[in-house]
Amino acid sequence: MVNDSASLATGLRSALAALSADRVVARVGAAAGADSAPAFAIRGLSLWYGHFQALRDITLDVASRRITALIGPSGCGKSTLLRCLNRMNELIPQVRIGGQVLFQGEDLYAPQTDPVEVRRRIGMVFQKPNPVPKSVYDNVAFGLRINGYQGKLDDLVERALRRAALWDEVRDKLRQSGLALSGGQQQRLCIARALAVEPEVLLMDEPCSALDPIATYKIEELMTELKRDYTIVIVTHNMQQASRVSDYTAFMLAGEDRAGALVECGETRSFFTNPRDKRTEDYVTGRFG
Amino acid sequence: MTLAPRPDARPGAPQRRSLRRPLRRALRERFVEAPLLVAALVSIFTTVGIVAVLVFETFEFFHEVPLWRFLTDTQWTPLFSEKYFGIVVLLSATVLTSFGAMVVALPLGLLAAVYLSEYASPGVRRAVKPVLEILAGIPTVVYGYFALLFVTPILQALIPGTAVFNGASAALVIGIMILPMVSSLSEDAMAAVPRALREGAYALGATRFEVAARVVVPAAFSGIVAAFMLAISRAVGETMIVAIAAGQSPTLTLSPLVPIETMTAYIVQVSLGDTPYGSLEYKTIFAVGMALFLLTLALNVASQSVLARFREEYP
Ligand SMILES: Nc1ncnc2c1ncn2[C@@H]1O[C@H](COP(=O)(O)OP(=O)(O)OP(=O)(O)O)[C@@H](O)[C@H]1O
Ligand SMILES: [Mg+2]
Repeated sequence: MVNDSASLATGLRSALAALSADRVVARVGAAAGADSAPAFAIRGLSLWYGHFQALRDITLDVASRRITALIGPSGCGKSTLLRCLNRMNELIPQVRIGGQVLFQGEDLYAPQTDPVEVRRRIGMVFQKPNPVPKSVYDNVAFGLRINGYQGKLDDLVERALRRAALWDEVRDKLRQSGLALSGGQQQRLCIARALAVEPEVLLMDEPCSALDPIATYKIEELMTELKRDYTIVIVTHNMQQASRVSDYTAFMLAGEDRAGALVECGETRSFFTNPRDKRTEDYVTGRFG
Repeated sequence: MTLAPRPDARPGAPQRRSLRRPLRRALRERFVEAPLLVAALVSIFTTVGIVAVLVFETFEFFHEVPLWRFLTDTQWTPLFSEKYFGIVVLLSATVLTSFGAMVVALPLGLLAAVYLSEYASPGVRRAVKPVLEILAGIPTVVYGYFALLFVTPILQALIPGTAVFNGASAALVIGIMILPMVSSLSEDAMAAVPRALREGAYALGATRFEVAARVVVPAAFSGIVAAFMLAISRAVGETMIVAIAAGQSPTLTLSPLVPIETMTAYIVQVSLGDTPYGSLEYKTIFAVGMALFLLTLALNVASQSVLARFREEYP
């Protein structure tokens, strides 16, 4: 059964690849070292907020157990694209989605796919920290509880907080409200909350924009450590960060009608030093946007 | 928008504008302030006046009837020759109907609010909300006759032995009356919960119901409690429905199927009768009114303390 759907997906993928042979297909995942099968295969993805098209025909592979950075000017659709990967966008009324997103060969948007299951396996850290108005402890335990963990959560909570580089700062205020933390601490709380449920993928939308350099460094260290087991997609405005932590970089730009499209993507090593597209070069060298 | 230069901003001319407030603006402020102050004072004085009259007449009442009789008598017969003044009789009726109304309105109202805010499509929500607000505006006398002429016969058919006037029918219909208010106000509170909070929970794999029950309702809790308290106050103070459907025979009972008389219904009954000004019967109105006032005050204080305790957890 599993094999069936996997082979079906592989067939589908190659068919689609053939279809789009004349387009720039960003086969990031095929590069050296990564598992050959990409975690996400995004195929011709478009998204509309009502009448406004926010994404146009995005085709991109996201490598498994690697860090992929999404960069681009504000409003080009990075968050929107990221939110397509765990079906968050459909919570917004009036959103319409075209194209396909395959996660480990399975169609994320197939009618029989359960969005709740999708989100349990594909975790997310949002652009703005959004802890629930409960205690620090309950924030981290929230995901565990709804996922049916019984019994002692203390160890799991501590472990998640340690990994998010927050434990030392909150060990004495686990019972205090999560909203009483500073903005940067709240963001790390949200990271801990996402890590606690042990997803397979972590989608991070500018996770460090509210953090000081030390906390940023800790989070980057964490990401590097996590990529042994996790696939990570990170949106960032910080070019240094993208070049420091990511293995692959994808650059997006809004077209004339404001619809975001993928310009270029590739291995980070050569992406910043050797961009293929003139617009990428302008952007990464700071002459643009 | 074009940026027109200020009339006094001639190019080249150095600007000299005093920091003092122009006279015209000062006068205008005065003219606005005065009526606002008067309006505020009027509402304060009327409230103080009402309470003063209430206290004075209640004081008079307790000159003639000792407080302990008011509190310990088990009958309420101030209009008979053999007089008893057990407020507990009227109080129990008020508690019975209000409690029944709460049992109907709070769970249903909360569920309706959860449905509207978390499940319904924006179109449905846009259609239902105004309807709820219209329902909240129906005169209570209409509800009163609805209880007497529609609900009571059904109750009588279902439960043999139900009297024509009974507490159950009134309680049910009060519940129906406050239902739109409970659900509409609770929905407002839930709609004010930021979408980012919901998304955080969804992203952890929460179902719609888990998001509603564990994130939205707790985050909107103070607003929901406020809605509940408002609803309870309305149920306690509700007059027409109980006067029409619950009867006017003061009885100390827990049975919802027999005629009873609530505090409000008693006040109406005496006010409408030919009670001479200054008589003892007349003064009972104020004593009962005072008790009613204290009851709602206690409810308010209780809800404030619930909210205060809750705010420590949910700032
Ligand atoms: N809920 C929404 N409804 C309508 N339009 C939206 C919505 N969210 C985003 N958009 C629009 O979609 C476009 C892409 O938004 P998105 O948030 O994905 O940009 P972004 O690349 O993440 O920008 P930033 O770097 O500022 O976070 C923008 O033009 C934005 O106005
Ligand atoms: Mg964004």
